[in-house]
Amino acid sequence: MNAHRIIIEFAQIAVVLALSPVFIGWVRMLKCWTQGRTTAGLFQPYRDISKLFAKEVVLAENASWIFRFTPYLVFAVTVLAGGIIPILSAHLPLSATADVIVLVALFAIARFFTALAGMDIGTAFGGMGSSREMTIASLAEPAMLMAIFTISLAAQSTSLSRIVQVIYTAGPVLKPSIAFAFIAFILISLAETGRIPVDNPATHLELTMIHEAMILEYSGRHLALIEWAGMMKTLLFMALGATLFFPWGIDATDTVSGASLAFVFLIIKLAGAGVVLVLIETGLAKMRLFRLTEFLGSAFLMATLGMLSFFILE
Amino acid sequence: MSFSPLDLAAISVAVMLLLAPAAAVSGSRTPLMVTICFMLAAIGSLLGAYAGAMAVASGSVGSAVLAVGLPDLPFHMRLDPLSGFFMTVVGLLSFIVSIYSIGYVKAIAKHRPVTRLIAFYALFIAGMFMVILADDALFFLVSWEIMAAASYFLVLFEDERIENRRAAFLYMVVAHVGAIAILLSFGVLAGIATVPAAGLGLAGADPAGFTAFRGYTFDAMRHANVTPGWATAAFLLAFFGFGAKAGIIPLHVWLPEAHPVAPSNVSALMSGVMLKTAIYGILRVTFDLVRVFPWWWGALVLVMGLVSAVIGALFAMMQGDLKRLLAWSSVENVGIILIGTGLAMIYASFNSPVLASLALIAALYHCLNHAMFKGLLFMGAGSVLHATGERDMDRMGGLIHKMRWTAPLFLVGCVSISGLPPFNGFVSEWLTFQAFLLSPAIPNQIIRLLIPMGAALLALTAALAGAAFVKAFGVTFLGHARTPGIGAAHDSSRTMKLAMALAAALCLALGVLPSVVIDWMDSVPQQLTGSSISGSAGAFGWMWLTPVASERASYSGAATFLVILLVTAVVWLLLRVRAGSIRRAAIWDCGFEKLTPRMQYTSASFAMPIRRIFSFAFGVRERVKLVPQAAHRAFPSRIQYAIRISDRFWMWLYRPIVDASFWAARLAGMLQQGRIRSYLIYSFVTIIVLLLFLK
Amino acid sequence: MNLALAAQINSFLAALVLVTAFGMLVQKRVYGLIHLFAWQGFFLSLNTAIVGYVAGKHHLYISSVLTLSIKVFVLPYILHVLVNRLKIRRDVETVVNIPRTMLIGIALVIFSYHLTSPVRELSTLVTRSTLAVALATVMIGLLMMITRTHAVTQIIGFLALENGLFFAATSATYGMPLVVELGVALDVLIAAFIFGIFFFQIHAAFDSLNVDQMARLKEGE
Repeated sequence: MNAHRIIIEFAQIAVVLALSPVFIGWVRMLKCWTQGRTTAGLFQPYRDISKLFAKEVVLAENASWIFRFTPYLVFAVTVLAGGIIPILSAHLPLSATADVIVLVALFAIARFFTALAGMDIGTAFGGMGSSREMTIASLAEPAMLMAIFTISLAAQSTSLSRIVQVIYTAGPVLKPSIAFAFIAFILISLAETGRIPVDNPATHLELTMIHEAMILEYSGRHLALIEWAGMMKTLLFMALGATLFFPWGIDATDTVSGASLAFVFLIIKLAGAGVVLVLIETGLAKMRLFRLTEFLGSAFLMATLGMLSFFILE
Repeated sequence: MSFSPLDLAAISVAVMLLLAPAAAVSGSRTPLMVTICFMLAAIGSLLGAYAGAMAVASGSVGSAVLAVGLPDLPFHMRLDPLSGFFMTVVGLLSFIVSIYSIGYVKAIAKHRPVTRLIAFYALFIAGMFMVILADDALFFLVSWEIMAAASYFLVLFEDERIENRRAAFLYMVVAHVGAIAILLSFGVLAGIATVPAAGLGLAGADPAGFTAFRGYTFDAMRHANVTPGWATAAFLLAFFGFGAKAGIIPLHVWLPEAHPVAPSNVSALMSGVMLKTAIYGILRVTFDLVRVFPWWWGALVLVMGLVSAVIGALFAMMQGDLKRLLAWSSVENVGIILIGTGLAMIYASFNSPVLASLALIAALYHCLNHAMFKGLLFMGAGSVLHATGERDMDRMGGLIHKMRWTAPLFLVGCVSISGLPPFNGFVSEWLTFQAFLLSPAIPNQIIRLLIPMGAALLALTAALAGAAFVKAFGVTFLGHARTPGIGAAHDSSRTMKLAMALAAALCLALGVLPSVVIDWMDSVPQQLTGSSISGSAGAFGWMWLTPVASERASYSGAATFLVILLVTAVVWLLLRVRAGSIRRAAIWDCGFEKLTPRMQYTSASFAMPIRRIFSFAFGVRERVKLVPQAAHRAFPSRIQYAIRISDRFWMWLYRPIVDASFWAARLAGMLQQGRIRSYLIYSFVTIIVLLLFLK
Repeated sequence: MNLALAAQINSFLAALVLVTAFGMLVQKRVYGLIHLFAWQGFFLSLNTAIVGYVAGKHHLYISSVLTLSIKVFVLPYILHVLVNRLKIRRDVETVVNIPRTMLIGIALVIFSYHLTSPVRELSTLVTRSTLAVALATVMIGLLMMITRTHAVTQIIGFLALENGLFFAATSATYGMPLVVELGVALDVLIAAFIFGIFFFQIHAAFDSLNVDQMARLKEGE
């Protein structure tokens, strides 16, 4: 194993850690602009997180070790996911530990424990959030895996770096299966990262919140970790979409300079992804919980059509 | 003196068989006797597991003819890699559960006699071992009946409750319908296997042919020349029979009734390993006895597996009774095992032995995993039941504060069964997904396209199982106690904790070291499909699992586990250095100030969104009763909510059968006159008619 | 334009036609439905032009233009006028719920793939793989007519079905003879007019366009 690969690996994790609050800041800024408000600046999420780290933790009377353990676990799992996805280079050493199915399962761990933490404190909100989150997950996960399997079938591999290499070398071709998978992936990303129209990250209204309901009782450094992990998850989904469907610009040469160039491309891609995200979020209204079956059903339909057209048309 | 694996297996069966009458005679009322009996059972099981593991590791085949049996029809025994693998699974879980039983049964012994429990427990394990070791149809069916009868009496252990008697009766009926199908299936195979040996004419007519009758041995069936039509008949009968035992939908109705009402150590064995004997039977008949089969057999198994998995997961999500939830989840997991089996059969029928062995490994691995985590979960549920006297989750809550050891161990089981890395459930699901994704290798275009659609259903199953076990753990162990009685709960005894810790450790080990395990069990697909995957699966050392090829897919449970552990520890330590104080405060109540534990989400409310979305799968009856206040109708003084979720298969499939059999019984009942002379007339007429036919 | 690229574009357009078919299957609003129908016609006409170019069959250009003018402009316009005159602006109700309709649709796609596999093995045309999609479009059109209760949506389902047939002809044999295509186009146009007249009649007689009302025509109730 080469030393520079390990350097790139650590650099990528550092990039994910550092860039995720900026990305969220960018999305919030864009949102403010579209809605005609003044912005809090690109780096406001940093200030939020550092403030939370400094604050004392107020723990619910009934909270058990699960509640205290969950933020660390969620954070660790997200960092691991950040080390696996080929964002800067297609030759990451950690990429071999986990393929794309493991990646989905890693996010499932975070969700599983967050849902448990929601139930741990024993309020109605926590249970409501957990119940809804697990419901959405059980509808989103088949669609997610279908979308991913379509790409895996095309690349004949579930290994992320392999998929990226295959698509990279094939060059931009018009493949209906990949296009369908991409649309499905966008829809599922909205559900998985808790954006409008599935969940509203900015709301604390009792009846509509999902993710926020589970983490309502968190405070101090626990909340900071959860929030940071949430930001990383959003960034990772955007980066995953960018790297799977538009890998051009990623470092395929396996050098440090290539990775630094990939960083520049990454910023451009993320800026674009932020614009798309904000356009979707501004254009849509949050859906009723039971309309979500139709939303996620369309995502599943798209993914399935992708898989069908892989067999039928290609 | 050295023993072959087969000798060791025989000794372990003998220990179990002797233990049953010994326990019955000794009375075993004192705690000491309970300890000794279960220690012996543990040793016997471990011996069986060891023998099986040796047979799998060496890939050797040992067989023997026993002196017992019917005249001229001796019992045959055989330990090959396939039976060795299932011996290991059964033995390992029986070992753990026997340790657990020491503490568990001692607690039961305080208020009721347990002699029956111990005797049938030993007989039950012996029956399972014998089913796996049997190498002829006769011995197989005798062992099958011993296993079924012993488990029937175990289900009936608390026979004062009417629901237990009802469940046990249902179990016995389905088990026997299944056994008849298996008997017929073996009959078909044995009949064909006999014909060449007996030469001309009827097999049984010639006395010389009868003494040389070998058609009932599996060995003769293996070498028989079965025509496709008869092979299909034999397979369908066997699949029906074993499916009834495995709880495949729609033959599952007994499972969620019988498993929960048995004592928890028995539930653990029934769900964890007894279902696996049915899987063993399916594998034995298809891959070993019939060997050549068309692809649609595999497709049938695959579809039944998918249906069982999804419906099982949905119903598990709906249950409010902890042990019923676990029982339904067994239906789901048997489905997952059958998915792997079906894929293996499809690939094998298209002459892709490498892919078939991958799918087979996935199925077998899930067998092993399911035994471990379902055993663990049932033991945990037993501890909860023992501590609280409750099975209804909606009356529990907050047990994590009372049961400091059981809670984390139960959590390990929940995480494993939900298929989350780095635990074991994920490995087998991952392998099954890989098997799904290899479908483009199949020449048939439409099957190639249909198989990946099944992967979506498996994903749905996994996600629903995750939701069900968040509910199971969250409602039982987290939050506040919902009823005051829960406050007195205590953690379980030392042996119970030890057994659960052992199972949890195995769950982790099987998840972290998959290549080692696959390397060990690789002789099984070698025997059944003639190909193995260990060459590629462990090509990069013990840490990396790379089925097929490293660029195709790779997974390292160990690395995943270590990185998660490392980052968690580092972050925790970093934040520890500059830790702000932690203050405990009341939960936020929106200024309402009157929060009660009853306002928590219950299991019914947790399942509500999924119940509504998948409402087509259940028969749901909801009833809301308002008791209006005298002063104003708008403010009810009491509100009562009742929900009943019924299994539609019962209404559609079983109800008509039950009604028809009652009708037939009433019709036959008209024969009953109560007069001796009428009965004599019946006998007389029967004899006359028979003589007329035989003329 | 080389053959590989043409085949790629062809299959991509086929995928888009399939998407619009599914979109119509699940779309609840009448205007959305009409727009989707227009888009489907547009993809179809583009595809016909490309096939005409690749195969060197120049009469396909004429059918392409014909498709464009009738199915993208004239028919949607007529439907627009109808909907405006009849004042149907509410959501269109569906009989079977949407996720289940989608699943049936997917099953139909798989079924038509299975049906067309012998043709796919015999044919040598560039467009042979899109035949399954064409057949699926026909079936989805029929499914749409079954699952909808509204007369206007049934007509759109019928027109989508016709689109599928046209598509099948293009992909299986590089289009029907020009005379036939002209005739079919005229038929569709006239059918649309007749349907329009019928709608007004039905509307006047039943005060509704729900076809379930037709059950009242039965005698003796």
